[in-house]
This record gives sequence, C-alpha cells and structure tokens, in this order.
Amino acid sequence: MSFMRKPDVVHSRAPKNDLGLTRRDYEGGMSTLCAGCGHDAITAAIIESFWSLNVEPHRVVKMSGIGCSSKTPAYFLSDAHGINSVHGRMPSIAAGANAANRDLHYIGVSGDGDSLSIGYGQLAHALRRNLNMLYIIENNGVYGLTKGQFSASADLGTKAKKGDINEQPPIDPVIACIAMGGTFVARGFSGDKAQLVPLIQAGLKHKGFALIDVLSPCVTFNDHEDSTKSYAHTRQFYHPAIHADFIAPAEPIRAAYEKGEAMEVELFDGSFIRLRKVREGYDPTDRSKALTYLNEYMAKGEIITGLMYWEKSTPDLHSIARTSETPLSKLDYGRLSPGAGKLAKIQERYR
Amino acid sequence: MEPTDTKNPDYFHKVVDCQWACPAHTDVPQYIRMIAQGRFGDAYMVNRESNVFPGILGRVCDRPCEPACRRGRVDDKPVAICRLKRVAADFREDISHRLPTAPEEKNGKRVACIGAGCASLTVANDLMPLGYEVTIFERFDKAGGLMRTNIPSFRLPENVLDEEMNAIVDMGVDLRLNHEVTSMKALLDEGYDAVFVGTGAPRGKELNLPGRHDTDRIHIGIDWLESVAFKHVDQIGERVLIIGVGNTAMDCCRTSLRLGANDVKVMARKPRDFFKASEWELEDAEEENVEIVINHFPKAFVVEDGQLKGMTFDLMEYDIEDGRIVDSHVVKEVFVPCDDVVLAIGQENAFPWIERDIGIEFNDWDMPEVDRTTFQCSRPGVFFGGDSAWGPENIIWAVAHGHEAAVSIHRHCMGEDINERLPRGMNLQSTKMGLHEWSFSNAFDGSERRLVPQVGLQERFKNIDIEVELGFTMEQFTVEVERCLNCDIQTVFAAPKCIECDACIDVCPTHCLTITHNGEEADLRTRLSAPAENLEQQLFVSEPLIHTGRVMVKDEDQCVHCGLCAERCPTAAWDMQKSLVHVPKAEDQPTPADVSPERKAG
Repeated sequence: MSFMRKPDVVHSRAPKNDLGLTRRDYEGGMSTLCAGCGHDAITAAIIESFWSLNVEPHRVVKMSGIGCSSKTPAYFLSDAHGINSVHGRMPSIAAGANAANRDLHYIGVSGDGDSLSIGYGQLAHALRRNLNMLYIIENNGVYGLTKGQFSASADLGTKAKKGDINEQPPIDPVIACIAMGGTFVARGFSGDKAQLVPLIQAGLKHKGFALIDVLSPCVTFNDHEDSTKSYAHTRQFYHPAIHADFIAPAEPIRAAYEKGEAMEVELFDGSFIRLRKVREGYDPTDRSKALTYLNEYMAKGEIITGLMYWEKSTPDLHSIARTSETPLSKLDYGRLSPGAGKLAKIQERYR
Repeated sequence: MEPTDTKNPDYFHKVVDCQWACPAHTDVPQYIRMIAQGRFGDAYMVNRESNVFPGILGRVCDRPCEPACRRGRVDDKPVAICRLKRVAADFREDISHRLPTAPEEKNGKRVACIGAGCASLTVANDLMPLGYEVTIFERFDKAGGLMRTNIPSFRLPENVLDEEMNAIVDMGVDLRLNHEVTSMKALLDEGYDAVFVGTGAPRGKELNLPGRHDTDRIHIGIDWLESVAFKHVDQIGERVLIIGVGNTAMDCCRTSLRLGANDVKVMARKPRDFFKASEWELEDAEEENVEIVINHFPKAFVVEDGQLKGMTFDLMEYDIEDGRIVDSHVVKEVFVPCDDVVLAIGQENAFPWIERDIGIEFNDWDMPEVDRTTFQCSRPGVFFGGDSAWGPENIIWAVAHGHEAAVSIHRHCMGEDINERLPRGMNLQSTKMGLHEWSFSNAFDGSERRLVPQVGLQERFKNIDIEVELGFTMEQFTVEVERCLNCDIQTVFAAPKCIECDACIDVCPTHCLTITHNGEEADLRTRLSAPAENLEQQLFVSEPLIHTGRVMVKDEDQCVHCGLCAERCPTAAWDMQKSLVHVPKAEDQPTPADVSPERKAG
C-alpha cells in the first residue's frame, strides 16, 4: 500500500478510447492492499478491459463481498455503481440488481474464502440461474485478511508461511463450476495480463454467468517456497491450454485457420472470441472431456489456464424469469406501481 | 536491446534534463530542493560551483534548461528554473566565508586572460585557488564584458554584477583596466605560461543599404548599448526602428523606451516562428508596448538634407512548408518614418590584434582553429573561450568554456596531456527513509507556473536603472519549488529481485513501465504501455528477469519521479536513488604532486 495518492498527471500522449477517455479515467481509489498483491494486477486488467471495450464507467455495476479481494472494486471505475455486500452474499445482490436493470454491465469480485467457503452456496445458485454477470474469483489459497490461514482452495501438501502442511483437498472452482453447469468458465493468472484481459472482455460480453478463477498470489502470506500459489510456483507449472482472443464487433480481422487449430465463436453482440489451442487434446466446448482433461492434469500438479468451458445454449436469468427489458428505473410510475387494485387482483389468484 | 549500462554516468545524467541541457551542468533539482528547505546559501553555492554567477544568471540566463525541463512535457510549462536561481541569490545569507580563496603561496605559474568577461572570470575563478597568478586585461575602465556593456541595467543591476565579479577579482586577480591588448605577439613575449582569449564577439554586423552613412542617427546595436551603459548616450529620438529580432534587439527597443522614445518598432524580416529572440524576451518587450512588425525586408535608409526621415522596406510574403520557408515574394514597398535606427542583426568576433604568423591558425572564415574539447588553438598554451571561440552564444556557454579551458590550462601548466581529461563521475544514494517515506518531496504538485512580479508600466520608465523584474516572493517560490519533479532522484532497478507481479507497471501514473520480450529499440518502442515517440528520451532496458526471461523497460520521457513504483514493489527491486553527477574541474585534475612517489608512499 502507499499513503500517497496517485498523482493527477496523465502522459501527454496517453491513448484515448472511442469515448475520448484514457485508462486513468477508469481508475478508482488508491489501493490499500499489500505492495505486490496479485489483486492489484487484476484490477489493472479490469481497467484495461473496460477501457478497451469503450464502456462508459457509469454503465457498470461492481459488487463484492468480504475479504482482500472484495476491497478491490474500490480501486477501479470510481464512476461506476457499486455495493460491498455481506460476506459471501454478493451473488444475491447481483441477482436483484440484474433483475431491476439488465442494461448495465455487472462485475462481481470475490475471493476464494468469499466464494468457496461462506458463499459457496450463493455461487452455485448464481451459476444455476445463469445470472448475466462476470464473476471473478481472486484466488490466493489463504485468508489474507485474517493473517494467512489455509482457504478452501489451498492445494494438498502446500506449506503455510509458518510451516503447517495442508492436509485437506482443495475445491477447484473451475472444475466445480463446469460440473455445476457453468456456461463460461475460465482460469487466468494475475501475472499474465495478455491472457487475462481478453478473458475479462469476453466474460463481460458473455450472455450468462461468466466465471474467471484468477490465481493471484498473496505476497504477504503465500509467496514463499513450498507454497503452490506463489508467483514462482505458478509460473513454473503454468500451462495455458486455450488462448482466447477477444475481437470487438467493429474489428474486421477474420484470419483463416487450419481446422482444429483455432475456432471463432460469436458472442451475442456481434463480437467474437477466437480460441486458439495451445495444448493438444483440449476441447472447451465438450463438458465431460474438459472435466476429464482438467482432472487428469491437475492431478499431475499442472496449472491449466485459459477459457476452459464455453457454451451459449443455456438461457440466462432474464429469459427464464422474463424480467423487464426496460430498467425499472426507466418504467413510468403507473407500470412500476400498478396500484392497490392490481395487487388485490393478484392476491385473488392465490385465494 | 542490450541491458542499459547505468554505470555510465551519462545515462542518469541525461534523465536530469535540465542539468544535461545546461552547458555548465548546474545541479538544478538539488538547488531547488535546498530552496524548498530554506537553505538559500547552500542553493547559491551549488549554483556557484557550476555557473559561477547565480545572481547574474538568475536574471539574464538564456536558460537552455527550461525548454528541456520534463515538467514542460507532462504539464505544458517548465519549472521557472532561472528565476529560482535568482531566489537563491536574493534570499541567501552571508556566504562570503564560503567563497574560494587563493593560497598565499603561489605555484609559480602565470596566466594571462584577455577580456574581463564571463569566460575569463571563470578561468580566474577556477585557477586562483590553485595558486596561479592570473592577469586579466580589459580595454574598458570597468570589468564585466558584455554583461556590463550589452545587458541593460534595468535587467541586470550594476551592484549584482559587481558583487559576483568582485568575488573572483578579490581573490587577488591582477585586473588591468583600460588595457587593450593590441598585439598577441607582444603579449606572448611576456612569457606567460598560458594565455586565455575571452574577448567575446564585439563587432556588430553592418547593414550596408543606400543612405547608411549619410546620417549619424543610425546606430550599431551593441555599440549603442555600450555607450548607454557607460552613460555616453542618454537620449534618442521619439520614433525608433530596431532592425533585427534577436535578444539584442529586445534590449535595444526596451532601452530606447527609457531614453525618450515613445514609438518603437522592431522590424523583422520573417514571421514570428523564425525569430531568434527567446520567447520570454519577446513577451517582456511586447508588454512594454513595443510593436514587432513582421515580414519587412530593409531596403533603404531615407535621408534628406542629412536628416534621417525613415526607412523603406519590401513587404514580404512567404510560402512555408513544414516550418521552412520555401519561397518568398515582394508584395509592395512601404515607407516607415523614424528619427533613429538601431541595427541589431548579429555580431561576430574579430581578431585584428592577433598576428597571423605566430602559430595560431585561422580557418576560411578568418576564425582561429579551436579544439572543441580542450579549447586550445593550434599554438600550445593559447586557449579561446566564450564568444571568441566560435561566435555568439550566451553567458552560460562562456562559463562552461571557462571551466573546461581552466582544466586545459592547469594540465598544460603541470606538464600533463590536455587531452587526457578526467571522465565524469556519478554517485547514487538511496533516498528511502521508511516504508512510505523518502528524503525528497515525491508527491506531484499540480500547481501552475508562477509569474515573476514586475515593476508597473508607469514606474519602470522613470529611470533606466530601475530593475523591472522584482524576483519571486516567498509565497511564490514556495509553490514553484514544488513543481520540480526531482528528476535527479533516479528509479534504479535490480532485475534479480523482480518477481514480475506488475505492481509498478499498474501504479505508474504516466505508464512509463512495461515488462515484455526484448527486441530492437525501434520495435520495443511500439510495444510499450504508453507511446514512446519522444526519440530524444532514453529507454532503460533491464537484464532478463528471473522468472520468464522477459525484460523491464522504462521510457524515461514522462516519468514524474513520484516513487510509487518503488513504494509498490514488494521486493525492493525498484529504489529511488539520488544521483550526483560529478563534472571534473581544474581543481580535480591530478597534479604532478598527487602522483609523485613520495606522495604515494605517504
């Protein structure tokens, strides 16, 4: 952390997006996380993604629960709407906000504690409802805010800073979420923005629940030797399987690829994700094959990353629940509050 | 790219744009910090070490530092470096006990300096403390050279000039006033161990047009300013035309206003973008209601019955492409009435007093051949500096020449090779005081450049000696000093410590940093976080990083030295370290005594 505010000075030739904004316009407050925290790099990737997607900051809703990870929405898009919810309950808040206004971009930032322990049930149901949002788990394997106890994602055999060995198997959010019916499940690493930024961009454009598990080393409690979530360990066992390039609707690049080498998949708004296979034998559109592959290589200690599973046939919450297409805030009063007479009629149906 | 060799003193020196641009390499950020701390005497001495005349230069320097200032690239206007120098001079406590002194015991070497201007005085300043007997010959009855004769007293008061000159002369310089050297040969025959020529560029250029010599109301600018300085001239006609638009022209027009003129026009041949005068000197003249007339090409002086009536000009039109004039044509002829004309179209050096058969070679332009490093001409032991070496420059260049010539003279007199000069040095020292604490003011202050207060337009014309600029007030300079970006506090990177967490890259407010795969410079510049289009600014490239073999690249262009990269680094791979450039002077050169066997044994 730093006590100083980031200087209000912009590079004289800082690139501007289509809205005439620089990356600096997508920043938030100064981070109070530890110096070198992976979460700050994810924050930077989020800033980069919204900036390059030309999203107006005030068209974004950012939500979180409790934990180091859940502090991070304060550090990006200070012009966005936001709520910091009860521990693990961010998906419920997101569902409510989503139902009230489907025109905004929803991004939730959570951690391994917030999502895989206290909020595991919430995560599962957000996934089941296919809530239209991007859900990022900043995963470092420890409870940093409470001084470094193992979290539910700590790997078997990993050593804590003070020497304890973890003897419980981890919950792997990628495997769990594919198994639970996720429609967009990815894994990234805070130290690889070239991979992470297109994943975030594609996740924001995905119609449904996009989950990205981002390995984000905790420099203070989990970056030592014998930690399996350190910068050094992650880099050593890091294996991108599928590289996803995000291609905005306006971009005409449609290069031809050899069959099997790359595939382009269209998102709902005309943008594309181009999936390039970095490792043989991985198919991100086949749920059972993907699970088999992940289980096999994770057992070997390899950290498989990329867009791990994607499909677009499952309807999202809005179609299932037939939510209002017009944001509730834009409905005229008569429709929004039809009056006591209408209420009585509805109640009549249940008598 | 190869990893950057930051051990080469020039790398970090170049990052300090102001200091690199200053011919005398004044340690600007250091003295600005001292002013911020209220250490005015220290700030003055830091200046004096490099530029010798802080009070003078704080008023009239051509300030090559300011266009170079990094603040001008990130924030429009550079730091008011020059006027802060004056603050050091104005607010300093008594520093007389800190001035250099000459030893009682002399080293037996005699040096003659010709012309008592800034170059010769700098030579004397550097050599007197080493035990030299320095004699300065001056043709006028006062020392100072162009600082006295060409810079009007409303810009540079006489007492400021005298005080800083006397600091040198009072070391015991043998100053011979009213002593014009008319023969180099005769002077050489007097057996000096070295001779330094610092006679400036004393000849104003002529404009030989019809009518030039039919009246006595046409003046050569620098001669006329000199006559004003010595009070030989104290009036001029009401309507004055100044021909030329350099800094001398600005001094001429403003002087005219103080001698009775009320309609002064500066006649320029070309459009404003082609003016030679510094922008701030133009502004000062225009504030005094001097009219600057562009595109007027002088054609003839109109003299009737021995009386100057005015001048005719060709009104020009120029075709300009990419900032260059590609064609011109005359629109019409115009007549501009006037009572006096002052010619300020340049000046040159002239050496009628140097015999051509004494081993001093002259080139095709009748200028002496002078070595750019040693300042020695083709005759060993004879050195040139200031405007006399290569034509008109500014005071700060003459001072820089004086320092280097003094190095040569010292080595020459000690029997050392004058070409084997000591290299520049560089010292680095961490400024870390605590977790989030640095020994410099690292926060960026967004304040705008302060304006120097001036005497009102009514008051200033009452007397030619009224100094127009008042200098910064305490309230003003305390703001201005915080605008300095402390470019000498360097971002120093240790590749083996980096864990590639991206913290520094993400926090940098001006996107200076990138971790990427190495490549050629032209390629790398296209792959950085912010466009690295300023090719004059260096790229720092680290050793390969341990995890991925990529490199850390820093574009120095718009780094504001806020230190956040170092604050955010979990492994202290970045540190903020103060660089101190050491530019060797005469006193640093080894003398035979330093290298003698007895000395080594002792």
